Amino acid sequence: MPEVSNVAKVVTGTSQKSQQAAYQQVVKKAEPQPPKLRNAISAFFVGGLVCVIGEGLTDFWEWAMGISHKKAADPTVATLIFASALLTGLGVYDKLARFAGAGLSVPVTGFANAMTAAALEFKREGLVFGIGGRMFQLAGAVIVFGVVTAFFVGIIASLAQMIQ
Amino acid sequence: MAEKRLGYQTVRLASPPYIVGAAAVAGPMEAQGPLGHEFDQTYPDLLAGQQSFEKAERLMMQDACQLALKKAGVTGSPPEVDYFLAGDLLNQLITSTFSALPLAVPFLGLYGACSTFAESVGLGAMLIDGGYADRVLCATSSHNAASERQYRYPTEYGNQRKPYSQWTVTGAGAVVLAAAGSGPRITHVTVGKVADLGIKDPYNQGAAMAPAAVDTIDVHLKDTGRSVDYYDLIVTGDLARFGSQMAINLAADRNLYLGDRYQDCGVLIYDSEKQDVHSGGSGCACSAIVTCGHLLKEMSRGKIKRLLVVATGALLSPTSFQQGENIPAVAHAIAIEG
Repeated sequence: MPEVSNVAKVVTGTSQKSQQAAYQQVVKKAEPQPPKLRNAISAFFVGGLVCVIGEGLTDFWEWAMGISHKKAADPTVATLIFASALLTGLGVYDKLARFAGAGLSVPVTGFANAMTAAALEFKREGLVFGIGGRMFQLAGAVIVFGVVTAFFVGIIASLAQMIQ
Repeated sequence: MAEKRLGYQTVRLASPPYIVGAAAVAGPMEAQGPLGHEFDQTYPDLLAGQQSFEKAERLMMQDACQLALKKAGVTGSPPEVDYFLAGDLLNQLITSTFSALPLAVPFLGLYGACSTFAESVGLGAMLIDGGYADRVLCATSSHNAASERQYRYPTEYGNQRKPYSQWTVTGAGAVVLAAAGSGPRITHVTVGKVADLGIKDPYNQGAAMAPAAVDTIDVHLKDTGRSVDYYDLIVTGDLARFGSQMAINLAADRNLYLGDRYQDCGVLIYDSEKQDVHSGGSGCACSAIVTCGHLLKEMSRGKIKRLLVVATGALLSPTSFQQGENIPAVAHAIAIEG
């Protein structure tokens, strides 16, 4: 009988499970780590810049439309979504996001990108099953858990009001 | 034991088939890489003038086939080949099946993820040596954007990739094997076993595939009674920088020292300093275009005489990893000797 090699004998251990655990540890130890500090700093500054732009836009819409500062938040969000969608369509957004990370994905810009990127990607599968059916492939989870969270926050808020 | 078998997993081809024609076509990133000048044809963008990424990949496989047939001097329509063996990464092998339609020759579709190149060439060589075919056309392709949208995210989605993630190679490689002719010959085929050492991270395919690659190399050397030094070069398919480092370590655990005769196609294909590909290349086309475009040319230039190509495949699907399954892997080896 020819010698049968055993893949799992490369790492010490007797059972398949312990061999896997040993290899997982070896890999985890050796895996190159992302530059966390650099990513955090660029996320902080880019995220901050998005907020500064948002504040500027709010002031602009308040002045241009003659509405209250609070009401001006709606056209501000729409403007940021439009800009994000446009940059996604022009193929620039993914390059910016590679640098900015959470700085662009946490604000509404990330949500807009997830929607637009999916809509662009699947337009070749048609208007209904492609764009319509798959536009929420990534953003769907944000909407579902956003609504669920809002529901529970709403209950807590109204309970708090009743107690007062 | 069957007379052409050596050991447990290797076959020795009694009349080793010749590689009479080989061609590699590549996308824009690969054209800008260090092997860019070696490819037979390159495309300026990922769409290659087509309406979808899937159609672009299909065009690339068809172009690679036509170029390989032309180099082999195989004419006629349909071309005078007995079988077309092909594989790719897209669901239900649409690149291969749609490419087989205009060729109009008997077709077998193969899926071995990124190990498909060695799988197709190995099977083709066995068909010829078995006396079932005179000529076989083998082709393998992958496409960065078509794979991204199937396995990961839409191409324009903005995110940060992990430092050990890999970049799917765009391109296609094709080989014409023949019972008679001239050129390098396929002498041995070692078919790998599926290995699972518990890696779950779909971005860390190199680590998932390294154990399979090392096992296949080890078995091949034991079955054939050869040492690492027998080969001028042993290349793995697409372990990339992190995965090939893991492979070197795993091999050393088995007292197998790969040394400077070992390379990885995923490392060779891109310039890690200038190109933003993180750990390196991956995908079916990675081993195919590096072998067809670069290594076989090095053989004809006399720089390599004995080559062992170990194509590595991570056997995952979006369903399997979303359901929390491990990533099993397989590696197949073909010995090419000039």
